[in-house]
Amino acid sequence: MIKKIRVLVAKPGLDGHDRGAKIVARALRDAGMEVVYTGLHQTAQQIVNTAIQEDVDVVGLSLLSGAHMTLFIDVALLLKEKQMDDVLIIGGGIIPQQDVPGLKTAGIAEVFGPGTPVEDIVIYIKKNVKR
Amino acid sequence: MVEKETIKQIREKRAEWEKQLYSKAIQENPERKQKFKNLSDIEIKNLYTPEDIADLGYLKDVGFPGEEPFLRGVHPNLYRGRLWTMRQFAGFGSAEETNKRYHYLLEHGETGLSVAFDYPTLYGYDTDHPLARGEFGKCGVAISSLLDMELLFHRIPLDKITTSMTINGPAAIVWAMYIANAENQGISKEKIGGTIQNDILKEYIAQKSYIFPPEPSMRLIVDTFEYGFKNVPKWNTISISGYHIREAGSTAVQELAFTLGDGIEYVKAAMKRGLLIDDFAPRLSFFFNAHNDFFEEIAKYRAARKIWASEMKKLGAKKPRSLWMRFHTQTAGCSLTAQQPEMNIVRVTMQALAAILGGTQSLHTNSMDEALALPSEKAVRIALRTQQIIAEESGVTDTVDPLGGSYYIEWLTSKMEEKTYKYFDKVERLGGVIPAIEKGFFQREIAESAYRYQKETDENKRIIVGVNRYKLDEEPSIPILKMDEKGEERQIKRLKKLRKERDATKVQNHLQRLRKAAEGDENLMPFILDCIHSYATLGETCDVLREVFGEYKEQAIF
Amino acid sequence: MSELSVKVIAGDPRSIGRLITLVENDAPEAVEVMKQIHRYTGQAQIIGVTGVMGSGKSSLIFELALAFRAEGKKVGIIAIDPTSPFSGGALLGDRIRMMDLSTDSGVFIRSMGTRGMMGGLTSSLYDVVEILDAAGMNVIIIETVGVGQDEVDIVKIADTTLVVLIPGLGDSIQTIKAGLMEIADIFVVNKADKPGVEQTVAELESMLDLVGHTEYRTPIVATSVKQKKGIQLLTSKIAEHQEYLKKSKTFDTRRRQRYEAELIEIIRKRLMDFIFDEKKLKKTVDCCIDQISKKELDPYTAADEILGKILK
Repeated sequence: MIKKIRVLVAKPGLDGHDRGAKIVARALRDAGMEVVYTGLHQTAQQIVNTAIQEDVDVVGLSLLSGAHMTLFIDVALLLKEKQMDDVLIIGGGIIPQQDVPGLKTAGIAEVFGPGTPVEDIVIYIKKNVKR
Repeated sequence: MVEKETIKQIREKRAEWEKQLYSKAIQENPERKQKFKNLSDIEIKNLYTPEDIADLGYLKDVGFPGEEPFLRGVHPNLYRGRLWTMRQFAGFGSAEETNKRYHYLLEHGETGLSVAFDYPTLYGYDTDHPLARGEFGKCGVAISSLLDMELLFHRIPLDKITTSMTINGPAAIVWAMYIANAENQGISKEKIGGTIQNDILKEYIAQKSYIFPPEPSMRLIVDTFEYGFKNVPKWNTISISGYHIREAGSTAVQELAFTLGDGIEYVKAAMKRGLLIDDFAPRLSFFFNAHNDFFEEIAKYRAARKIWASEMKKLGAKKPRSLWMRFHTQTAGCSLTAQQPEMNIVRVTMQALAAILGGTQSLHTNSMDEALALPSEKAVRIALRTQQIIAEESGVTDTVDPLGGSYYIEWLTSKMEEKTYKYFDKVERLGGVIPAIEKGFFQREIAESAYRYQKETDENKRIIVGVNRYKLDEEPSIPILKMDEKGEERQIKRLKKLRKERDATKVQNHLQRLRKAAEGDENLMPFILDCIHSYATLGETCDVLREVFGEYKEQAIF
Repeated sequence: MSELSVKVIAGDPRSIGRLITLVENDAPEAVEVMKQIHRYTGQAQIIGVTGVMGSGKSSLIFELALAFRAEGKKVGIIAIDPTSPFSGGALLGDRIRMMDLSTDSGVFIRSMGTRGMMGGLTSSLYDVVEILDAAGMNVIIIETVGVGQDEVDIVKIADTTLVVLIPGLGDSIQTIKAGLMEIADIFVVNKADKPGVEQTVAELESMLDLVGHTEYRTPIVATSVKQKKGIQLLTSKIAEHQEYLKKSKTFDTRRRQRYEAELIEIIRKRLMDFIFDEKKLKKTVDCCIDQISKKELDPYTAADEILGKILK
C-alpha cells in the first residue's frame, strides 16, 4: 500500500502575498507529498470544501495581512463542524507570538512564523499527521 | 577613463599582485567562501581596478548629474539643495486613527505623507462587504467613501504637503476621492501634489492586488495619465514599482529589468492612445526596494536612471524632464526578521544609506517590528530618526553621487545594465510584457529566485543573523501595535448612515453614466469624480467597473 | 453493502473523497467497496480533455462545468498533474482556475498526481471514474497532464475526447504528435481571442480532409474563455458526439474497450504487486535479474520461471 501525505496549502481572505505559500508548497512536493494549492482569495467555505473533496491530511493556512485571528479560526471551526477531526491544521505568515495561544486553542496545531526553515515544516507534518 | 597604456600596466601589475601578495595572504587567511556571489548571483571579485571599467569614458558614459546619461543623478545639486522626502508609509484601522498617526509623523519631522490601505480597500470593497470579513484596517486604513478621505486628511493642508497613495486596482477612484476632498476644502486641482501607485502590471506579476483584466486596467491607467497632465499637473499619476517584485523574491537584476520593462509598456500604451510622450512622461515616477547587498543596490539605482533615459529617448522623448527617472525607495520588508527585532534597525540603516547614496528622491524606512505587526509609535519614530541621522550627521549628503568613479560601483552598474538588456530581449521574444505575463514568465523567474533564496538560507549558505546564526533561545518581546477594536463597527455604522443620508438618485445617475462611459472609450476620470462627489462608495463604483470589465483570475506558478 | 459504499452512492463528498484516497493508495479495503458500487455506474458521460501545455485547459473545463451545471447536470472533474519522478510528490494546481465551483454541491473536483512509473493513465483513474459515476455525476471531465503517453491513452477511458490547441501554432501542427491528432473527437481551438485562429482552423480542416470522411467528421470549435465565446457551441458538439456514439453503436464498443482496459489494468497491477511482493516472488525475481545481468540466464527463460510459479 502506498501512502502519500496530501496537503492543502490555502490563502484565506484577501491577502495577496503568496511567496511563502508557494515556497512551502514546493518544499512539501520535494519531500514527497501531494500538495493542492488553492490560489488566492479563498473563503473558509471554499477551503473546507476543497479539503473534503481532496481528502487531505493537512490544511496549511498562510496569511500576512493580520486577519488571522478571524480567518484561521473560521476555517478551524468549519473543519470541526464537518467532523474533519483527523486533519492537521497548521498556519504561517505574519503572526505575533501573543496570538499563537488563541489560535492553538481554536485547533491550529502549530504556527510557523517568518524565518522558519521549510524543513521544520516537513518534519513537523511527517511527525504529526493524524492518519 | 584611464589611458590604454596605463591599463596594460595595471593589468600586468595586478597579475603580479595576485601571484605574490594575494596568494600569500589567502594562505594565511583562506577565502571564507568558494565564490563570493551577490544576491543577483553575480560573482564579485577580490578587487576592482581601472581595468574593470576600461571601456567607460567619463564624459560619454558617466557624465554629470542633471544631464544625459543621468547615471549620476537627475538633479544637479541633489541633497545639497533639498533633502529626499522622508515619507513613511502608514495606515491602519479607521481614518481617524490613521489621521492621528499622520499628525504624529509630521510633528516628528516627516516631510511627505504616504497612505497604506487595508485589503478590502485595495480590492475595491467597502468595509461591510462579505469578503472584507476580518480584514478591516489590519494592514492599512479602510477608506470606503469620500467621507473617510475627509477624516483621513483632517487638518492637513493639502496644498502644502504631497501625498503618495499605494493603491492599484481602484487607483483612479481613490485618486478621485483625494481630488474631491481637496476641492471641497477649496484647494484646486492645480495646487495638489502627490503620487498614486497605479501600476497594474506588477500586480499581475507580484503584489496581486488587481481587480480587472489587463486591457481595461491599462485603459484606466492611460485615462489617469491624460487627466493628470491636463488637470492635475503636479501629480505623479504612476509609481512604476520594483519594490513588490523584489519582495516576491526576485533578484536585484530582475527587479530592475521587470520594473523598467513595465515602465516602457505604460509609455507605449499611452502613446498608442495618441498622447504625446513629452506631455505625460515628466510625471512618471518609480519605486524601488533597498535590500541588503549594499553596493548592488546603489549600482541598481544608477543603472536604472541611465537605462530609463536611454529608452525614453529611443521612444522619441525630447524634453529633458521626460528622461528623468525620479524614484521613491522603501527598505526591504522581506529582509526583516521576527527574531531579535531590534536588529532590524541596523538592517534598515544600511539599506536606507544605500538608497541615499543611490540618489533616491523619497524614502521610507521600515520599523523594527514589521515582521510581527504594523509599526508601533516608538518603532516608527526610530525609523524616521534613522533617516534624519543620516541626513544631518553622516556627511553623505555633502556631495552628489559620492560613489561615482568607484571601480567596483561603475563595474557593477554596467554589469546590471548589461543583464537588464538581456531580460528586455527575452521579453521581446515572448511577444512583449503582457504576453509574457500571460505565459507566466515573470512569475516563474520570481518563484525560482525566491525558492533559491530559501534553499540557501535553509542550507546555511546564506546567513541571516538571529535566524540561522547568532540565535537566542529566549526571544525578548517587544510592544505590538494595538488597534481600536471598535473601529470596524464604527466604520460599518458610518457607511450605513452615509447610504441613508446621501441623494440616492444622484448616486444612481452618476453610476449609470459611469457604466455607459466604461462601455465606451471616454476618459473615465470625470465620471468617477462625479460618482465620488455624490458620495457613491468605493465598492459601488468598483462594482460598476467589475461588471463592465470583468475580474482577473490568475494561474498559479511555482 | 458497506457503510462507505452506501454513502458514496448517496453522493456524500467526504466518503467520495475518502474512497478515492483508498483506491489511490491501493488500500485492500477499497476492493470490496469497488466491487459493491460497480453496478451503480454507467450513466455518466466521460469527457477527456487533453492538449498542448498552456492551451488553457483548466479555464476551459471551468466554463464547460458552468455550462453543464446550467443544464442541471452534476459534474465531476479530475485534474491530473505530474508526479515528480525524483521525490514522488506533486504540485496539484489545476483546481485554482475552478475554485469558484468548490462551494457548488453539484460539482466534485479532485486533483490527482500521475503517480505512475511508466506514464500512461494512472491505474487508479479507472477507479476514480467509477466512484464519481456511482456517486451520481452526470458528466465526468478528466484533465490530463498534457505531455506524455497519458495524452493519447485518455481515449481508453473517455467517451468523448477533446484535443485543445491554441491559435498561432503555425506549421507546428505537424510537429504535434500524430497520435494526439487521431484521438480527437472534437478539436478545440482555445484562446480564440488571439491572432491566428482562422489559420489554425484551416490547417486542422485540411488535415481532416487528408484523413478522409468516415461517418463522423471531427468538428472544430473555437473558444475564448476571456470573451466567453464558443462554450455553448462546444457543449452542443459534445452532445452531438454522444448522440452519434449511441446511434452508431460505437458507444457500446467504446464502453467495452474501456472495461477491457480497466480489467487489464487491475490484473496487471495485481500481477505486478504479487511478483514484486517481498513475501511472494520478489526474491525469485531479484535472483533472476542477477542471473540475467551475469548472462547466466536470459530474460525469456526468467519469465517462464516466474510465470510458471504463478500459474502453477
